[in-house]
Amino acid sequence: MFTAKEYAIPANIDEAYKTLMARNTNYIVGGCAWLRMGNRRMTTAVDLSACGLDFINETEDAVEIGAMTSYRTVETSPILKKYFGGSVARCVEPIIGTQFRNTVTVGGSVFGRYGFSDFLTTLLALDTYVVLYKAGEIPLIQFMDMSYRSKDIIVKIVIKKNGAKESYQHFRNSQSDFPVVNLALSKTSDHCVVTVGARSAKAMIAQKTSEYLSQADWSDIDTVIKNAQQLIEEVPFTSNMRASADYRRHICKILLKRAIREVAEC
Amino acid sequence: MLIHVIINGEKKKLHCQPDDMLLYVLRDAGYKSVKCGCDTTNCGLCTVWLDDVPVLSCSVPAARCNNRSVTTLEGVQDEVDIIGRFLVEEGGEQCGFCSPGLIMNVIAMKKEFRANGNLHPTDDEIKHFLAGNLCRCTGYMSQMRAIRKYVETEVN
Repeated sequence: MFTAKEYAIPANIDEAYKTLMARNTNYIVGGCAWLRMGNRRMTTAVDLSACGLDFINETEDAVEIGAMTSYRTVETSPILKKYFGGSVARCVEPIIGTQFRNTVTVGGSVFGRYGFSDFLTTLLALDTYVVLYKAGEIPLIQFMDMSYRSKDIIVKIVIKKNGAKESYQHFRNSQSDFPVVNLALSKTSDHCVVTVGARSAKAMIAQKTSEYLSQADWSDIDTVIKNAQQLIEEVPFTSNMRASADYRRHICKILLKRAIREVAEC
Repeated sequence: MLIHVIINGEKKKLHCQPDDMLLYVLRDAGYKSVKCGCDTTNCGLCTVWLDDVPVLSCSVPAARCNNRSVTTLEGVQDEVDIIGRFLVEEGGEQCGFCSPGLIMNVIAMKKEFRANGNLHPTDDEIKHFLAGNLCRCTGYMSQMRAIRKYVETEVN
């Protein structure tokens, strides 16, 4: 359980940033679902719920999701159901229960870069950017490797509307549990990206598999699947209490096959 | 710190620590329907509505509820009587510990379905909405029968 000596609810992001930077031991709190499992000691917990960051907007070339938007809002958003094959909206559906998804925030989830995340695997396969208050807009792939200690505030997530079709696949031991392994495949007219998450480390792009699928002749789908399943061996897996590395590797190939078929049929 | 919360339609002033979760503040204030089951955001026993949206009170900081509205089972007694009757008829509760959280989520579900024009939700839709409410007694089948009857009623 985290502890905090003070709780601040700033009215805007500028005030929030100043409060965050006032002490090293001040932290942003998002949905608090995971944060409370730890034992972080804070001087001031900074709550962004009054900063107007709960939104999903569509611009001419992108979809923007505010940092304090809940997973439930993502799940039910007509905008997110409309784009990317609806995968962004669908990927959060199996996460625990409705009340939980009403609590968890997009910003908290992305900032945490959790290994079990369904959401990050899906976003990483798309042309996604993280907008930080001070550092500005940076690609998600770059943000994934940033230090957890870097103090900034996620303002929103921006997903470029590049016409991508996306398939999100996951495997769980039981419904509403964490995924044993998950995979996303996005395909534009000339480019494919495959991401694998819950490995049991954070999501990553399968570079060789993505390059192959980008150049492959998709008219012979069985050959494409066979070759891609060999290349996906590039992804490192580890074992934990949910599954062994070998089991994950095996399931991943099946998820890849399903994703290729789904994207091919779009 | 002092927070101003509307609980079940009544304005309340509650004292809490900056790191207190809503669950414990509500129980300390006498709202004992709100149960602590897992305390790890999994079981759904602590479900309350925050501004009419079902949330897990074990993971909502109490301070975040300042100037907002909270509804517990004590605030929806008329609806509870109705769904409670169905649960009894169908054997849908045994130890009863999960019932307050389940009932809060079922009422929220019915409201949302009706708001979306979905008067006859499928079993899969109901199960999906209620996946975050765990029960270790009933095996869910009797609960499902009771919930099915409840969502089909024309009350409200």
